[in-house]
Amino acid sequence: MASNSLLSKIATNDGHGENLAYFDGWKAYDGNPFHATQNPDGVIQMGLAENPLSLDVIEEWIKKNPKASICTPEGVAEFKNVANFQDYHGFPHFRKAIANFMSKARGGRVKFDPDRVVMAGGATGANETVMFCLADPGDAFLVPSPYYPAFYRDLGWRTGVKIVPVDCDSSNNFQVTRAALEAAYEKARNNNINIKGLIITNPSNPLGTTVDRDTLTSLVKFINDKNIHLVCDEIYAGTVFSCPKFTCVTEVLQDVKNCNRDLIHIVYSLSKDMGVPGLRIGIVYSYNDTVVNCARKMSSFGLVSSQTQHMLSAMLLDDEFVSNFLETSSKRLARRHRFFTTGLEEVGINCLKGNAGLFCWMDLRKLLKDQTFEAEMVLWRMIINKVKLNVSPGSSFRCVEPGWFRVCFANMDEHTVEVALKRIRAFVGLEGDKKSNNADHQLFVNSPRKNRRQEGLRLSFPATRRYEEVMSPRMISPHSPMPRSPLLRAS
Amino acid sequence: MTRTRDEDRRPTSSSSGGGGAVMRVIVPLQGVVQGRGGLVLGSVIPCALFYFLQLYLKRHRSNSNPPTPPPSPDSDSDHHPAGQLVEVPVLPRSLSRSHLSPRNPGPVHVSVRANSVLKGGEPPYYVGLRKVAEDPYDELGNPDGVIQLGLDENKLALDLVRDWLLENAKDAILGGEELGISGIACYQPSDGLMELKLAVAGFMSKAIGNSVTYNPSQIVLTAGATPAIEILSFCLADSGNAFLVPAPYYPGLDRDVKWRTGVEIIPVPCRSADKFNLSITALDRAFNQAKKRGVKVRGIIISNPSNPGGSLLTRESLYNLLDFAREKNIHIISNELFAGSTYGSEEFVSMAEIVDLEDLDQNRVHIVYGISKDLSLPGFRVGAIYSFNKNVLTAAKKLTRFSSISAPSQRLLISMLSDTKFMHKFIEINRERLRGMYLRFVTGLKQLGIECTKSNGGFYCWADLSGLIRSYSEKGELELWDRLLNVGKLNVTPGSSCHCIEPGWFRFCFTTLTEKDIPVVMERIRNIAETCKSHS
Repeated sequence: MASNSLLSKIATNDGHGENLAYFDGWKAYDGNPFHATQNPDGVIQMGLAENPLSLDVIEEWIKKNPKASICTPEGVAEFKNVANFQDYHGFPHFRKAIANFMSKARGGRVKFDPDRVVMAGGATGANETVMFCLADPGDAFLVPSPYYPAFYRDLGWRTGVKIVPVDCDSSNNFQVTRAALEAAYEKARNNNINIKGLIITNPSNPLGTTVDRDTLTSLVKFINDKNIHLVCDEIYAGTVFSCPKFTCVTEVLQDVKNCNRDLIHIVYSLSKDMGVPGLRIGIVYSYNDTVVNCARKMSSFGLVSSQTQHMLSAMLLDDEFVSNFLETSSKRLARRHRFFTTGLEEVGINCLKGNAGLFCWMDLRKLLKDQTFEAEMVLWRMIINKVKLNVSPGSSFRCVEPGWFRVCFANMDEHTVEVALKRIRAFVGLEGDKKSNNADHQLFVNSPRKNRRQEGLRLSFPATRRYEEVMSPRMISPHSPMPRSPLLRAS
Repeated sequence: MTRTRDEDRRPTSSSSGGGGAVMRVIVPLQGVVQGRGGLVLGSVIPCALFYFLQLYLKRHRSNSNPPTPPPSPDSDSDHHPAGQLVEVPVLPRSLSRSHLSPRNPGPVHVSVRANSVLKGGEPPYYVGLRKVAEDPYDELGNPDGVIQLGLDENKLALDLVRDWLLENAKDAILGGEELGISGIACYQPSDGLMELKLAVAGFMSKAIGNSVTYNPSQIVLTAGATPAIEILSFCLADSGNAFLVPAPYYPGLDRDVKWRTGVEIIPVPCRSADKFNLSITALDRAFNQAKKRGVKVRGIIISNPSNPGGSLLTRESLYNLLDFAREKNIHIISNELFAGSTYGSEEFVSMAEIVDLEDLDQNRVHIVYGISKDLSLPGFRVGAIYSFNKNVLTAAKKLTRFSSISAPSQRLLISMLSDTKFMHKFIEINRERLRGMYLRFVTGLKQLGIECTKSNGGFYCWADLSGLIRSYSEKGELELWDRLLNVGKLNVTPGSSCHCIEPGWFRFCFTTLTEKDIPVVMERIRNIAETCKSHS
């Protein structure tokens, strides 16, 4: 039997998106991961949007509440009901708990109906489920760029749904505009592509910003005018750490006259807001009965373990815990964000002003040799191989402007952030200045001209060097969100 | 012929209005032409008309080129992109909803897949499950409630698992002492932790009496057996391809294999005269018929022990199947979910054992396993693909991103399955209790004059109630099912839900009962049987 001849197209095509150059950063990290004591020169992982900053709060709750576990004398009475529970509706109290948490994570400004909460296998599974429900193979969804690279896989691999990017750029801080939407929509129609909807991430991944109320309203109007769906991926809703506050799509539905709620769908997850991707909680919340009905039946393909449902029900219905957790998490994220962005600003690197998420959208345009994506790749490889930071280049998010990078700041301890900042400082040639005295440093921050000149000097030096990356076929880190594939390892 | 061709063309008929109107012309016209000129004209004329329509529309649009033509929200379906026209006939509910609801400006179009759920009403299998959920039997709390005999889950040995947890796994909700919360909270490999693969491989082997050693690196873990089967379906077949499946087969398989993949199932009928055993002749016939229709068959899906029959495939029939698959160059998916839940005198043989000796055919064999049946933990959602085909494993691993197992359950199972002494005890006691329950249940049915096929594994028996149906047809069978459910308050699975071609067979799952429930069940069946007889 020939190796691939009897397999499906899905099993043999590149729909998983793992053959992109962007994965080199992951390989570099997996081959040589940073460790404070054992491997201090290793690559620091700044490509993984994980949020472990407040896990201690969850751990403490679990220890204090043995009744939530089915393995303890306090909780074992529930064991039989839990072990056998395989209804794809999920436990009623679990749905209630999720609705409660979703509301709290949005400042209590909106309420959710537990009967519309549908389970899916993480946000990945939730996004795919929505696509399966809304679109047929060959149909397309509008996606404002820059967008999450794995959308390619999540939205399209098995469903056959296409992505039509809506280009956004820095001229208006990457806000999506009605004009850009109209242009993308028209272009697609002229190419005979059937646009089934628009999907946005709010707060945005990779931008780390929230969509303001007016923009959100204009999006809802747009999709109503076109009679297409709106999917709001709000998996970072609870990570908003500073003003402006988050606006959930639900809040603007009343503002739009004759808004057809059947077109509105929310994707949610606990992976980012609570920092628990290991639990695999993805949620589809739709205002469309048909979609709720259909997605619920699809839950069977990515059900959450009843043991996990049971534990989370108790946890998320504990209002005191939820408020405390959200408050703590937001404070810690704000602190980390400030620490990191201030550190960058000190060396003259700016980020798009962010108020949410686990990452910043770093502007390195002035470090580019020329404003091209080739130059972006050159700079990116330098950052990975020389500075030893795995950051994600804008091109992997299909950003139309070269020179932007997504840098995650929450998935590490403070010490590692310091090391990362130190490396960046060294890279832009400030290590010496900083050592000599602080006054100079202060002066420097206020004189961007000097800054640019220095960077220019520095840049020309490493750029002429040759970097050779020899990948050793090592095991991929267990924390890598990428599936372990022999294909990756072998390359 | 001609109609189908036109329907195929409809979605491509450009994205502008007018398509609907033209179809209204074409279809009657076609009828007229077919009446006189026959097939050729009947297809040529509409096709030509269509071609000119497209040409016209294309020109029209490029000439006028309106900058923003937002379709008016109040317009009727003619003004929507043509792709949506196709959906209108199969979208009765969505349409009517939109007309009823005042705030609804136009029909909302979901996918064909979503519409298919709404079509044709709820199948009996799901109706039954719903009825139990609404009104579950409880000896004291709700003695008139519906008794569950339709869901294959096993409660007979759950107490053993519970006791083990209580003794050994107090901290298991966290990731053990070393890992703490990060052992469950952080990203894990999506195809399952290696420690769990090791533990599952060991358990699979133990469950079938150590006749095979499973290699953990050939395992991909998924959130239950349902996604495991779907992932294999996605990997082995393209939309429009088909799998041969001996019928009767379990009711959930259609959804698992077909729904989202677009893959077809071709049931291969087995008969009571052959004790519902699979015949290669029937497989061959089905294969050739599919070929004639232009349908590409990519594999066979068997379940061993069979569900609903509870019979085991002999070594010889497994070899025959493999020969057949080799001859046709197709895959075999062997669903061995109940491998450890055998209780009869016959020996269970895993497909893995057969291909261990047949190097050449390894690439075509894929086994589905899970702990939901053999360990009675369906709630934990742990399924497994065991394949010899590297490419399938590679693709399946990537696909597990959509359905990976929740980490707390992985951690818990690692410690439980690694306790070999406990697992051994569990398997033995569970088997003993299954056997006892099976015998009691079948004896009870026999006393009512109801015969079952001989089961050797699984949680159910396959009973012949054809003597109680009024008309020897699917209708008669469903009437009896309805009476059992709504009058007798027993949720059983009718054979037609399992694609059995002979009416009157029913699947009774006995593992959710206690011994005390059996007389209640038998009494209820007796009542229904008596009313049947008195009517006929």
